[in-house]
Amino acid sequence: MASLVAILDLKGKPLIQRSYRDDVPASYVERFLPLVLDIEEEGQQVTPCFSNQGVNYMHIRHSNLYLLALSKRNSNASEIIIFLHRLTQVLVEYFKELEEESIRDNFVIIYELMDEMMDFGFPQTTESKILQEYITQESHKLEVQVRPPMAVTNAVSWRTEGIRYRKNEVFLDVIESVNMLVNANGNVVRSEILGAVKMKCYLSGMPELRLGLNDKVMFESTGRTARGKAIEMEDVKFHQCVRLSRFENDRTISFIPPDGEFELMSYRLSTPVKPLIWVEAAIESHKGSRVEYIVKVKAQFKRRSTANNVEIYVPVPDDADSPKFRAATGSVQYAPDKSAFVWKIKQLGGSREFLMRAHFGLPSVKAEQEMDKRAPITVKFEIPYFTVSGIQVRYLKIVEKSGYQALPWVRYITQNGDDYSLRTAQEKGNAPINPI
Amino acid sequence: MSIRGPRKGENYELSVDLNSEYREKRKDAIKRVIASMTVGKDVSGLFPDVLKNMQTDDLEQKKLVYLYLINYAKTQPELVILAVNTFVKDSDDPNPLVRALAIRTMGCLRAEKIIDYLCDPLQKALRDENPYVRKTAALCVAKLYDLKPELVIENGFLEQLHEMISDSNPMVVANTVAALTDIHSASTANQPSTSSDSSTAFHITTPILNKLLVALNECSEWGRVAILNALGRYQAQDDKESEHICERVVPQFQHINGSVVLAAVKVVMIHLRKVRREELEKQLIRKMAPPLVTLLSSPPEVQWVALRNINLLLQKRPEILSNEMRVFFCKYNDPLYVKVEKLDIMVRLAHERNVDALLSELKEYASEVDVDFVRKSVKAIGQTAVKIEEAAEKCVNVLLDLIATRVSYVVQEAIVVMKDIFRKYPSTYEGVIPTLCANLDELDEPEAKASLIWIIGEYANKIENADDLLTLFVDSFTEEAYPVQLQTLTAVVKLFLKKPDSSQGIVQRVLNTATKDCDSPDVRDRAYIYWRLLSMDPAAAKSVVLSHRPPISIPRTTVAPAVLEELIGEIGSLASVYHKPAETFIGKGRLGADAMQKRAVEEADESQLSTQKALQTVVAGQQSENLLDFGDEPSTDGGGLSGLAATQTMLSQPAAANLIAGTSSNPLDDLVSIFGNVSMQPMSATPTPAPSQAAFGFGQPPSAAPGGAFGGLMTPTVSGSSTSPPTQQQQKPEEDLLGLF
Repeated sequence: MASLVAILDLKGKPLIQRSYRDDVPASYVERFLPLVLDIEEEGQQVTPCFSNQGVNYMHIRHSNLYLLALSKRNSNASEIIIFLHRLTQVLVEYFKELEEESIRDNFVIIYELMDEMMDFGFPQTTESKILQEYITQESHKLEVQVRPPMAVTNAVSWRTEGIRYRKNEVFLDVIESVNMLVNANGNVVRSEILGAVKMKCYLSGMPELRLGLNDKVMFESTGRTARGKAIEMEDVKFHQCVRLSRFENDRTISFIPPDGEFELMSYRLSTPVKPLIWVEAAIESHKGSRVEYIVKVKAQFKRRSTANNVEIYVPVPDDADSPKFRAATGSVQYAPDKSAFVWKIKQLGGSREFLMRAHFGLPSVKAEQEMDKRAPITVKFEIPYFTVSGIQVRYLKIVEKSGYQALPWVRYITQNGDDYSLRTAQEKGNAPINPI
Repeated sequence: MSIRGPRKGENYELSVDLNSEYREKRKDAIKRVIASMTVGKDVSGLFPDVLKNMQTDDLEQKKLVYLYLINYAKTQPELVILAVNTFVKDSDDPNPLVRALAIRTMGCLRAEKIIDYLCDPLQKALRDENPYVRKTAALCVAKLYDLKPELVIENGFLEQLHEMISDSNPMVVANTVAALTDIHSASTANQPSTSSDSSTAFHITTPILNKLLVALNECSEWGRVAILNALGRYQAQDDKESEHICERVVPQFQHINGSVVLAAVKVVMIHLRKVRREELEKQLIRKMAPPLVTLLSSPPEVQWVALRNINLLLQKRPEILSNEMRVFFCKYNDPLYVKVEKLDIMVRLAHERNVDALLSELKEYASEVDVDFVRKSVKAIGQTAVKIEEAAEKCVNVLLDLIATRVSYVVQEAIVVMKDIFRKYPSTYEGVIPTLCANLDELDEPEAKASLIWIIGEYANKIENADDLLTLFVDSFTEEAYPVQLQTLTAVVKLFLKKPDSSQGIVQRVLNTATKDCDSPDVRDRAYIYWRLLSMDPAAAKSVVLSHRPPISIPRTTVAPAVLEELIGEIGSLASVYHKPAETFIGKGRLGADAMQKRAVEEADESQLSTQKALQTVVAGQQSENLLDFGDEPSTDGGGLSGLAATQTMLSQPAAANLIAGTSSNPLDDLVSIFGNVSMQPMSATPTPAPSQAAFGFGQPPSAAPGGAFGGLMTPTVSGSSTSPPTQQQQKPEEDLLGLF
C-alpha cells in the first residue's frame, strides 16, 4: 500500500503528486533525490526500494522521470512497484509520451486518473481501456453524463456489453522474441524464447473463445497424439480474461476477450536454440593508431525464410574516429553516441552469409589504465512466417449466443529479444576469416 | 513550498474569475487554481470562491473542486462545513460515479467537522445497488477508522463489512478484505496497550476462507493480491485444509501480474509448512520455479524485487531453482543493482555440475567496466571456491588469470579472495604465493594489504624472503591503516615463532613501535599481549598463535532461521525485500514501547508454543554457532570449556537472558538483537555490526559490561569498515589467552 504517489523530474522536483494517506507528509517527496545522491556518494547502489527514518521510498525510472511511492508501513513492494509501472503504462496510452511536458499539459486528467487508479493506497482499476471509457480528455463536451462502465466492477471487468461489429474478425499475432548470449569462443551461454500471443478482437456481444495450441502437456493429459511437433511451454502467463483454474485443470485456454488490441498470453521456453543470426567479428587493434574489424554475418535458418531489417551493432572504442566501411551488402553507419557502428541489411535470406570491413583511427594519446569496455555485439531482426519454438495455433473457436460466424487470422513472427548479444574476443579475432 | 512574495494580484484575478457569471470562465479559473496548487503555490485563500463552484453538473469540474478540497480542507477546517451539503446531496445522485466520488472524497478530507456527516451517507453507500459505489464505500470505512475508530464501531460498520465478504461482486469482496485487513493491522499496531479489541480484529474463519477462495478466481489483479494476503493469514485447521488452499492458489502462478504471483508464492510457502504429503510438496515446489524465472523478464525494478525474494526462497528451499542458474546470468545492460543480486543467487545455485559455466561467466564479468561489479564478481569466484571443493582449483586458476591482467582493483580483490581460499584449504595452493607477493608494491587498499600480510605470516616458514617482505611493512608501520598494523604485528610474531633465529630483530622492532608509537589501543594492547606471551612462555605462545584454525565455510542463510521463517511469510513485502523484519525499519516512534509490549502479550496469548519453539531453535542455533566459533581452541585447553563458554556468553547477552528467563517484552526484538550478534560469519555478505561481534568472540564472562561497550574497546576496526576476516582469526589466539588466565 502507498501513502503517496508522485512523479518527479530528474532534479527531484515533484511535477504532480497525490496523497492517499495522512501518515507521510507531502514534504518527504522532496527528500527523495537528496537521499539518492547521498547513497550514491557513499558508493552504494540506489535500489528501487529503500528506507530512511521510518519512511520507505519505492521508485521506478521512466525516461527522464522518477515515479515515486512513499509508505510508512511494511507495504507490499512488488504490488507498488508494479502499480507504478502500470501507472506509467496508462499515462503513456493516454498521452502517447510520458514526459515533463505531457504531465504539465494534462495535470487535470492525471489527477483524475490517480484518483481512480488508487484509493486509500490500494490499487483499483488500472486497465487503460476501461479507464478511457469514463475518464476522457473531452468529458466536458459530452452532453450525457458518463457513468462508471459496468466493467469496472463486473466479473468480466475488461469488456463492456453491447459491442457491435458488422464484420466479426479476430487477428492473432504469435510473436517470439529470442534472447541469446554467445560467448567469445562461440558457445551459446544462455538462450530463451519469450513468446506472446497478441490479439486484435473485433467481435460483437460477449463471445466465448477457446484457443487450441500444439501444447505438449495438453496432448499428454488428453492422451491425444499430436500430428507434427508439440511444444512444451515452461511458463505461461495469461491476460486476466483467461480462466486460470480451467487451464490448471485441463490446459484449456478459454476466455471472453476484451475489445480491441491486447496481449492474450505470454510464454517462455528455455530449450536451447542455435543463433538464428550468427555474427562474429575479428578485431585487430593497433593501440594509438587504428583499429580494424572484419564482421561476418550468417543467417542460420531455412532458405525459404528471410530476415527483415537486420541491424548489427558492433561496439568500437569511445574515442574512435574517421570511420571507413566496406560491406558486401546493406549499409554501414557510425553511431558515435552508442560507441558502435551499425550494419543494416534490409533483407537477409536464409543460409546466406556476408562480410564487411571497418577501419577506424584511434588517438595517439590514451588515458592511462583505461579498461576496454568490450560491450557485446547486439543484433536486431525479424523473421516473418516463422516461429523458433514451432508453436502453432490449431484452432480458435468463437461462440456467441447470436451465433455469428467470425474469421480468425493468424500471423507468426520471430524477432530479437531485448538481449540478443554475442561477446567479442579480447583482441584478435577468434575465428580465421578469409579476406574478402 | 515557499510562498514567493505577495501574490495578491494573481489570486485576486482568480477569485474574480471564480465568481464569474460564465460557466466556462469559472471552470477555467478552477483549472488555473489547481495548476497553481500543483506547482506548489498557496491558493488556500481562494477556498470560499472555489467552494461556490462545487454545485455543478459538470463532472470534471466537480472532480477539480473535490481535489482542491482534499488538499486544503485541513487548512480551512471551519469552512469545510460549507461543503457538507453538496457532499450529502451528491451521495444521493442518480449517477453512481458521482455517489462514489462523494463518498471517496469525504473520506479523504480528514477534517473532524465533516466526519460526523459522513456516517449516514456511508451507511447508505455500503448498501448501494451499484457495486462501484459499494467497493468505494468499503474502503471508506477503513478511512473512517483511521480518523475516528469509535464512529466505525458505534455505527456497526464493521459488522456490515463482515457481511460484505459474501457480496456477489468479487471487486467488492476484495476491497472489503483490504479494508478489514487495514483496520485489523491499525487496531493491533497503533492502539495503546489496551486489551486487543476483538471487534476490530479480522479473524479469517473457515466460511470466510471458502468465500475468499471463490472470489479469488474472479476478481481483478489487485483484488487477488488483497485476497491472497488474507489467505496467508489464515490458520489452517489441519493438513488437509492446507493442501486444499495450496491447490486452489496454485493457478495464480500463471497470472501476468508479478505481485499476484509473489502473493501466491507466499500463500503456498506459508501453508506448505503443514502439508504432509511429500509428493504434493514436491509438486508445489516444482510449479513455483517457472513463474519465478519468468519474473526476470519484467522491468528491472520488478526484477530486483523478485530477485531479493528469490534469494530468500532459496535460503529456505535451495532445491527450487537448482537447474536454473543460467537464467541468472547478467545481461550487459542490466542495472548494477540487478547484477549484484544475480551474482549472489548464482553462487547460491552453484554446484559441481554447473560450476564451469559459472566460472567462465564470472571471469567475463571481471573484465567489465564497472569497478563495483568487477570486485563483486571476483568475490563471487572466491565464494564459489570456498563452496565447492572440486572447483577450487579452477577458481584459483581463474584468479591467477585475473591477477595477470594487472588491473589494480582486480588484483587487490583477487588477493583478498585468495586469502579466503587459503583459510578454507590450508596449505593447498602454496604454489601461487610467489605470484601474489609479486604484486605487493601495487597494493594500496588496507584490506588487500592485510590479506597479503596474513598469507605471508601464515606461510612464513615456506616463503624464503618472508622477513624482507614483512620488513617493508614494519618500516611503514605507523603510516598504515589499523587493520594492516594488526596483521603486520601478528604476521611478524608468527614469523618469529616459525623462524626464531633470523627474525629476532624484526619482532623486537615491531613490538616496540606498536607499543610506543601507535595511537590505536587495539594495536597497542595486542602488541603487549604478544610481548608478554613471548617473554613468559614461548611454548604457550606457539600453541596459541600457531594453533590450528578451522576452515571457513559459506553460510547457507544470511538471516537467522526464525527471521527467515518470518520473512518467508511476508514474501513480496518490503521486509522480504530488505531481508529485515518489519520492526527494524518501521519507525514507530512514540508508540514503540507500547506497541512492542502489546505485540509480545498477543504473541504469548496466541502462540505461546511457537514462540517457545522459536526460542529453542534460537538457543540451539546460537550454541552450535558458538561451538563453531570456539572450535578452533587448541585441544590442549580441553573441548569442554568451549561448550561452557558458549552457554555463558549466551547468558551474558541481556537479550538472551531475557529470553531464557521468559521476561522479554518482545521476543522478536530480542531474536533480532541476538542474531545481530551472531550472524556475522567471515564470508557473509551482509555487514553486521562489528563491535558486538568482537565482544562475542571474546567469551565474555557473565559479569561483563553490556556487549557494545566492551566490544567497542576491543574491536580492531577503527576505520569503520566491517571486520576483515583475518583480523577475526587473529582474535582467536587472544580468546585463548583469556581462557588461560
